[in-house]
Amino acid sequence: MNLRRDVFQAIADPTRRAILLLVASQSLTAGAIASNFDTARPTISKHLQILTECELLHQEQSGREVHYHINAKKMKEVADFIEPFRQMWDERFNKLEAVMKAYKPKK
Amino acid sequence: MKQKTQVHAEDGKQDLVITRHFDLPLELLFKAYEEAEFIEQWMGTKVLKLESRKHGSYSFETSNPKGDVAFTATGVIHEFISNQKIIRTFEMENMQFGVQLEVYEFEALTAGTSKLSMHVIYESVEQRDQVLKLPFTQGINMAHNRIQKIFSTIS
Repeated sequence: MNLRRDVFQAIADPTRRAILLLVASQSLTAGAIASNFDTARPTISKHLQILTECELLHQEQSGREVHYHINAKKMKEVADFIEPFRQMWDERFNKLEAVMKAYKPKK
Repeated sequence: MKQKTQVHAEDGKQDLVITRHFDLPLELLFKAYEEAEFIEQWMGTKVLKLESRKHGSYSFETSNPKGDVAFTATGVIHEFISNQKIIRTFEMENMQFGVQLEVYEFEALTAGTSKLSMHVIYESVEQRDQVLKLPFTQGINMAHNRIQKIFSTIS
């Protein structure tokens, strides 16, 4: 299986991107991560599982709690990340275009 | 087919260039950056402050999918020339991404199409690479369908 493609699939989801952003600045427990979302806890767990399987997140046991932290190594090659970055901007600019096209200036 | 949005980032450099061709007249494209009302719609963010003028400043607040504030982005506007150019700084408060300098150049291609060139300079190569690898930092709000809601109320 193409692992690299899996990484892109993992970050194609907005909730998973939001999770990675949360964990980028500090390691968090599943509960702390889930508290940021309206989504049901099992759904967040599923997202965490996918991110962990793609090795974008690492699990670390501390006492009874599991902390998730970002795997910097997995996010090493810049060239690999230009395309998702480009797509993100493409989507934003598409929205800009749609919003401005819908705007009818008052004459 | 040539992609409408292109990103140019060279290895070992601390900047990148994003270009985009729009099916919009130059004036409408510029308006999307000039007026709070439109920024809120296409960026899915709340505009707390926006002084679209030379030496003005701005403050945007972006929420997570639950509606809590995820981060505040602020900056100062160094240059503001209508339908032509904006130079501003951009920083996400309380995040580890540093500050970036953004140079926007707006250009008319035809009466109904335009081009935006966005040159972004980061504090270091490492910081640029970090932002590149975390494209979702700016797309956190994509989970929202707020844009579509506003969009449908306008038309």
